[in-house]
Amino acid sequence: MSSVPTINAAERERLLSAYPDVFHRSFMQRWGLLLISAAVFVYLAFCFAFFNVIPTFVNGNWDRAAIYVQDWYSWRAQPRLRFQNDQVVPQWTSRRQYPEGADINWLKPNADSSRYTVTFGSAGNRMEVTPSRVDVYIDGKLYPVTITRDRASLPSDAPAQMEQDDNKVNVYYGFAGQAEIRTNQVYVQRRFLGWANFFFDTHSPFWGRSLPEVVGLMFSGERLDPNQSNASLALDNFLNNASWQHGDILSKLMQTLVMAFVGTLFGTLVAFPLAFIAARNITRSRAANWGTKRLFDFLRSIDMLIWALFFTRAFGPGPLPGIAAIFFTDTGALGKVYAEALENIDDKQREGVRSVGAAPVAVQRYGVIPQVLPVFISQSLYFWESNTRSATVIGAVGAGGIGLKLLESMKTNSDWDKVAYMVLLILLVVFAFDNLSNALRSRVMGKKGH
Amino acid sequence: MAHSAGADSLSELQEGSRTILDHYQSQVRTRRIYTVVSIVVFLIILGASLDFANSANSGKFFERLPYFFDFMKSFVPDSPLEIFRAMFDLPSPFSDGSIKYDYTSDRVWITDSFYIPNFFYQLAITLNIAIVSTILGASGAFLLCFFASTNLVGAGVTRWVVRRIMEIMRAFPEIVVAGLLAAILSIGPISAIIAVWVHTVGALGKLFFEVVENADMKPDEGLRAAGAGWLERVRFAILPQVLPNFVSYTLLRTEINVRASTIIGAVGGGGIGEVFSLSIGRDHAAKTYAIIILLLITVICVDQFSAWLRRRLIGKQSLEFGQGAA
Repeated sequence: MSSVPTINAAERERLLSAYPDVFHRSFMQRWGLLLISAAVFVYLAFCFAFFNVIPTFVNGNWDRAAIYVQDWYSWRAQPRLRFQNDQVVPQWTSRRQYPEGADINWLKPNADSSRYTVTFGSAGNRMEVTPSRVDVYIDGKLYPVTITRDRASLPSDAPAQMEQDDNKVNVYYGFAGQAEIRTNQVYVQRRFLGWANFFFDTHSPFWGRSLPEVVGLMFSGERLDPNQSNASLALDNFLNNASWQHGDILSKLMQTLVMAFVGTLFGTLVAFPLAFIAARNITRSRAANWGTKRLFDFLRSIDMLIWALFFTRAFGPGPLPGIAAIFFTDTGALGKVYAEALENIDDKQREGVRSVGAAPVAVQRYGVIPQVLPVFISQSLYFWESNTRSATVIGAVGAGGIGLKLLESMKTNSDWDKVAYMVLLILLVVFAFDNLSNALRSRVMGKKGH
Repeated sequence: MAHSAGADSLSELQEGSRTILDHYQSQVRTRRIYTVVSIVVFLIILGASLDFANSANSGKFFERLPYFFDFMKSFVPDSPLEIFRAMFDLPSPFSDGSIKYDYTSDRVWITDSFYIPNFFYQLAITLNIAIVSTILGASGAFLLCFFASTNLVGAGVTRWVVRRIMEIMRAFPEIVVAGLLAAILSIGPISAIIAVWVHTVGALGKLFFEVVENADMKPDEGLRAAGAGWLERVRFAILPQVLPNFVSYTLLRTEINVRASTIIGAVGGGGIGEVFSLSIGRDHAAKTYAIIILLLITVICVDQFSAWLRRRLIGKQSLEFGQGAA
């Protein structure tokens, strides 16, 4: 094998003695990575057992997961078709997606409302509901479900989409919805893509109109309400939408932004003078340096969460505790960073200013501030940006803002569409503020920031 | 000229210098006007923000301020020793049968006769959540970052997609991930781990790919000249340069994640955060102080340890970055 280079014994000896660090590496250098990897692996295995990962995943409600995720981008109409005196009477849940007496194209009664037709997507997938019998059509084929006094029973040739569950019958139409046939009612869940009544709720005169129609009404056309113009009525109806609460959500989002802005600003304003006291090269008193630095450590090491919970107990839920929590932690964190920046300054500029006989304040103003100001502003912008994100999280422990709203919506387990809406808003705002802060920072630093 | 009075020295100036001086002074005036206007605008925004925050709060600032000190007074434990009894789950002489003083019932029994104080156990859970999610997050960021850097990936599409994925992962509110998983997996540490993990991948991924982009490309050129493939170039040219920085950033993230897992705990992710928000909500002063002391010690220890490790790994450079990269 001519391509393999060979070396003689003398050459090998020479290489070994010339580069001992390559050939005789210490034990840690040789095996360190492997040992650390093995330790990490053992640790992860331990945690896997400690946190009961497998039982938790096995016992998870995965069927619920599919429904929750579908709830993010679609909505359900859930009428109950009750049987009363040989008639079928629809009853709606509290979240009204349709106004009283609306003409619904997938839920149609016949003339004497003894029979309701529920369509699931296409004419072939429908249900003819009567008090004694429900005709279920799947892909055009009829499967009659008979209802006696104490039982709804499946036909013998029923497909897999239909199942008998004790004395009721469940029918699944996939994404389009499902129905539960009981002895006294049929509980229908009908799913549609999109968010129901996102712009206007059913009480608004704009409900059910198409977008061009709404825009047309807003800028021309007669007043729907004699007291105000259509544009302001539309805005009012939009913000006070009963099921989506746009006004409330936007105001909560504004609270989150205000918390981050005011908290970081106050933190900056307080940390700025304190940092001059904490910097060893500016204030020549060990006790003052030490005291200020420990104050910074104290403010910083107590978590934002603890401050938030503490101030929530004091001021009640709302943006004030959020502002106070961000202010306290940021004073500590910014103070430390500022003091370090001050200790790293170039002393020549100060000497220069002092040499022309300037007063101490002027020495700081013209000898120190121009050097550190870009760093200060850039750090504050960094904190502002990251606090916009943190404010969402501490909001959830009661410090106001959209975090609390998010937590409430999630706890109901049915408002996942609202959660999706708020997440979208938060993502938009976070991206916008990231870019704003990046742009400002790169201008301050005079080069492209990252 | 410098010795004469200001007005005289100005009159002595020549025509050209005068123009320059006038120009300078007019610029100073313009600048001053800009400064004043921006300060006024800034103050208006600040005032409006404060007013908005105050009116949106359930209690108004100045109305609640006296109660703040009342609350502080009510938050004094019966005796300083009580804090340590609460911390170690020891019986309290103040016990009146209520859960406020019944510390012993919280003990976590390992065997019939050996127990761990509850708060230490909860702290261990929180720390493990933080460490596991950091390890998993750093691994995820490690795998993604090479696909997001300009110097290693030619395809703009790949870079764009990977960067957007990272952005969404770090901007997505942690409590939403935790909440969704809690609804599926029931409340507990696993949803907290996944929530913190998602955020960590996004945040570390960004820092990692910036390190990769700043790497020296000469070793890469050498390997490419020798005909090495993409994986070999990454392994032998880039990785040795960036690994110390990666480890350093990961250690910084560990500190941040200890806090993050505490917060997720407070909104139902288990661990010490949950116990803490319960005890502060129920006015249990001794328990609250015990937890604050434990958290304080933990945070300081983790910070010091990771700072020491970082210094050992890459020297003084490690202290310069990362502070604002939460």
